[in-house]
Amino acid sequence: MRIRCPYCGERDNGEFSYLGDAAPVRPDGMDASSEAMHDYVYLRDNRAGEIRELWYHAAGCRSWLVVTRDTRTHAITDVQPAREVAKTRRAETRLAETRTVTPAGSASHA
Amino acid sequence: MRYSLFSVLGQALRGQRDWKPQWRDAAPKAEYDVVIVGGGGHGLATAYYLAKEHGITNVAVLEKSHVGSGNVGRNTTIVRSNYGLPGNIPFYEHSMKLWEGLEQDINYNAMVSQRGVLNLYHSDAQRDAYARRGNAMRMAGIDAELLDREGVRAMVPFIDFDNARFPVKGGLLQRRGGTVRHDAVAWGYARAASDRGVDIIQNCAVTGIRRENGRVTGVETSRGFIGAKKVGLSVAGSSSLLAAMVDMRLPIESHVLQAFVSEGVKPLIDCVMTFGAGHFYVSQSDKGGLVFGGDIDGYNSYAQRGNLHTIEDVMEGGMALWPGLGRLRLLRHWGGIMDMSMDGSPIIDRTDIGGLYLNAGWCYGGFKATPAAGFCFAHTIARDEPHPHSAAYRLDRFATGHLIDEKGMGAQPNLH
Repeated sequence: MRIRCPYCGERDNGEFSYLGDAAPVRPDGMDASSEAMHDYVYLRDNRAGEIRELWYHAAGCRSWLVVTRDTRTHAITDVQPAREVAKTRRAETRLAETRTVTPAGSASHA
Repeated sequence: MRYSLFSVLGQALRGQRDWKPQWRDAAPKAEYDVVIVGGGGHGLATAYYLAKEHGITNVAVLEKSHVGSGNVGRNTTIVRSNYGLPGNIPFYEHSMKLWEGLEQDINYNAMVSQRGVLNLYHSDAQRDAYARRGNAMRMAGIDAELLDREGVRAMVPFIDFDNARFPVKGGLLQRRGGTVRHDAVAWGYARAASDRGVDIIQNCAVTGIRRENGRVTGVETSRGFIGAKKVGLSVAGSSSLLAAMVDMRLPIESHVLQAFVSEGVKPLIDCVMTFGAGHFYVSQSDKGGLVFGGDIDGYNSYAQRGNLHTIEDVMEGGMALWPGLGRLRLLRHWGGIMDMSMDGSPIIDRTDIGGLYLNAGWCYGGFKATPAAGFCFAHTIARDEPHPHSAAYRLDRFATGHLIDEKGMGAQPNLH
């Protein structure tokens, strides 16, 4: 298996270390219920098929990457810097928050 | 047919023509008292002990492929009970005792060989940790011996004691540990369960689990619907996929573990030996091949095959410990899919759904547990309560904080 790092090019997977599924999002620690924290820390979808997961290019550029890979075949279809993925997610969250604070009536077509 | 010296001699005289199939290849009935999903070692053992210990014989074992095609035929055949935590010690010792009586119990030659399991240590700190584990075992009545360097040298003189980085300082030895012929365990339990009336249904993949009012009523399969009062899931590697059929998420990730066999050679090593500084374990099969393995590949996988990077890592571990290995050629290697749980320990429990039971999360230590897992899972299914030996293997322990983390790695399945 080889991973095409966006900074370093195609490299052997031995250069990378693995964290796991990129889907779980940490709940806000102060307000999160213990159930939500339990789900985040311990429960996984563990799907057979394409999943997005976090890899760290330890023996290369030392970047975190979000890799889209099929767990049945190990075929990799997409690699993005985790930083970009997080930025996009933050922007989407902010947009959603903006929508919820807009006065009623305008939210539906915001 | 009962196996004995006389039946073997009789067959020899008759040219081995009269052997019968060892178990019935059953077709599914409309309904069973208990359906076990997964015809691996654990599932077959569960069916056997349901019949033997609890008198429940209207049981089907559903296997998506053929008996022996999954992890029970893919492991490195090691059995041991050298655990250090209270939740694990009585369970694995129960398993060890069942191994010791297995062949008489099921009238089958499983080639149980108590050749000893030797865990090497390479530093003072590791010696102390092993001494502590050995003491925990001895307090529970399990045999354990802490060997010094010379004690190890007497057993395995050929390893590199003076490796510059990881010199061998001694080892923790469990003499009652050893190996068992893995395929024979599957076949033996299948035959013994079938003899007691259990239906073993092969090439029957479960595609759905039917529920009514919070209780299971049966399973949808590739061979039609099969009704069941109780359903036990025992499908290591695929537990999350089965759980998803009833909208459950599990504290499990599926990972691939590779194992290896060398070409056959004359007797080289007469125990199971593990390297304490890397991850490498080796024994020799009766055919002469060295059977060995190391870490899981470390990424989620359902592919039953791994990557070269891990193979190199295992070989490096082996060569660091035993340089003579380099003279041997690798004959074959393969992969199996492991249920890696969040604390490295298994789950044998009821679920929130009535009549649905779960045996999962065995990481890469499921083979040695086969008899006790079957014994305790059968108890849980029959009595609807955990067996005392598996009472710690609760599904909700991650929420309550009662984790059983032998290695202290935390919720990172690929490190256990």
